[in-house]
Amino acid sequence: MELAQQKQVKIFATRIRIETLKALGHLGFGHLGGSLSIADLLAVLYSGEMKVDPANPDWPDRDYLVCSKGHAGPGIYATLALRGFFPMEELLTINQGGTHLPSHCDHRLTPGIDMTTGSLGQGSSLAVGVALGKRIQHKDNTTYLILGDGEIQEGQVWEAASFAAQQKLDGLIAFVDWNKKQLDGYIADINDFSNIAERFAAFGWDAVTVDGHDVAAISDAIHHAKTMDDGRPHCIVLDTVKGKGCSFVSEAENNHHVNIIPEQLAAGLAELEAELAELEAE
Amino acid sequence: MALVLATTREKEKTEMRAALCETLVDLAASREDIVYLDADLFGSSGMRPFARAYPDRAYDIGIAEANMIGVAAGLSAVGMTPFVHSFGPFATRRCFDQLFLSVAYGRNTVNVIGSDPGVTAQYNGGTHMPFEDVGILRTVPTAVIVEPSDTTMLRSVVRELSEKRGLHYIRLKRKTAVKIYEEGTTFTVGKGITVREGSDVTLIAAGILVDEALTAAEQLALEGISARVIDMFTIKPIDAGLIRQAAAETGAIVTCENHSVIGGLGSAVAEVLVQGDPVPMEMVGVRDEFGEVGTEGYLKERFGLTAAVIAEKARAVLARKK
Repeated sequence: MELAQQKQVKIFATRIRIETLKALGHLGFGHLGGSLSIADLLAVLYSGEMKVDPANPDWPDRDYLVCSKGHAGPGIYATLALRGFFPMEELLTINQGGTHLPSHCDHRLTPGIDMTTGSLGQGSSLAVGVALGKRIQHKDNTTYLILGDGEIQEGQVWEAASFAAQQKLDGLIAFVDWNKKQLDGYIADINDFSNIAERFAAFGWDAVTVDGHDVAAISDAIHHAKTMDDGRPHCIVLDTVKGKGCSFVSEAENNHHVNIIPEQLAAGLAELEAELAELEAE
Repeated sequence: MALVLATTREKEKTEMRAALCETLVDLAASREDIVYLDADLFGSSGMRPFARAYPDRAYDIGIAEANMIGVAAGLSAVGMTPFVHSFGPFATRRCFDQLFLSVAYGRNTVNVIGSDPGVTAQYNGGTHMPFEDVGILRTVPTAVIVEPSDTTMLRSVVRELSEKRGLHYIRLKRKTAVKIYEEGTTFTVGKGITVREGSDVTLIAAGILVDEALTAAEQLALEGISARVIDMFTIKPIDAGLIRQAAAETGAIVTCENHSVIGGLGSAVAEVLVQGDPVPMEMVGVRDEFGEVGTEGYLKERFGLTAAVIAEKARAVLARKK
């Protein structure tokens, strides 16, 4: 990725964080930690990597994204609004009665959300089905899947992983948001799923670990996956910080679902706006 | 609606699973969206001819039913029309959350074939004998539940469901059914079929108990009791109009199901009746028990799913009729 483009993608990532924080700050609570940790990935995917059309969200030849960690919906909504899938004002309706933006991803309600998720693990099989369907239809799309690192404790993830390898679904790229924490605390203290890349490799996948906040590294990993030609599906483990970009979230002990008081919202926005100004001045 | 009843109700020559396979093979010839998934049961479902005819549209997922349902839902999201199979308990209770969320709530389309319903699981016994599958799935908004009674109906219903969107559950006896219908009968999902007219009591049955109910009606006729028989092959959405009409015209109802009386056809009929003008009702079905091994004949006797029990319940409900 060229430097000029890197700068634009970093700016996009910061804007995603700002809009996510504004939307959940307006509400006063939400799944901020796991939305902020994947902002850099979302910025890469929606800066041209994924084949999508904001004016035609249901374009049949698009690349599908299944966000299996459905609680990261707010981060994706911010991304979609910034890309013009729906008006920015809608972001302030998150979780209000009658909204198109519920806390967990819902294909029925939100333009640009390809799959309904929220019961963890299920998105893995859904993404495998999409990738298999694209192959049956002789389409060369890439199918993207985002998994949480706590989520991969679900057995269904590994049923899907095994079947994807068996079917040689090399058009499937799964990202694991390795932010080290789940609702109840540190994954290592609860049901340790470390060595994520090794686990996927053992299931027959091509698997690498990259800095999940380095947009160039994420982009390079995706391009490398797309150029490989050995039939293996791809897993890119993103080494991330839960709550990245907002100190009051990243430094909180329990940051899966957080309350946001006005002072925290102001401090978080100031932090992110400063980052944005710095990036734009580069 | 045309109805041509078999003149003699005998075991069919073609197994239900063979009729299903023929229908899907035929459908897939003109429909590139038809795809079939199984969970290590191609040998039991009789779908190997489909796999031979369409190798790129037949997938053995292995022993992973939850994944099978999710993969099928994902396939439907890109325009495919999946049929999936496992034994009834594993096609429903094993993967209920996937059916609920990945399929129904997510507005995807999967035709789920749950085979060996109730006592037809025979020698596989209580672990494989679903008396609860209908009850589980009836709670899922928008789910459609059918229990075809013979191959003529099965072929029609499979074709109809293949053109509809949503979660569809086909409760399928795999082996030979008793022939109820001749070619020329038309079926519509959601519409019950009055297979015998009658004025004293209505027997509402599904699946293997349609034949038992017809036999019971013949016995009752010898006693001067006129029993109507309805094949309520669509359990959800239930044909409320036909139930209310039967209640109004015959004044007494007996439901007959190869399933628990908790949550199944009997419950569905009762829900309609009590919200309208209730009439006396009795239920033939499994009384909050687990299954066990045995022949279908033994198990029907064991759980009270016979023409004799239906006739007994009909007499009982008539005694309650004012």
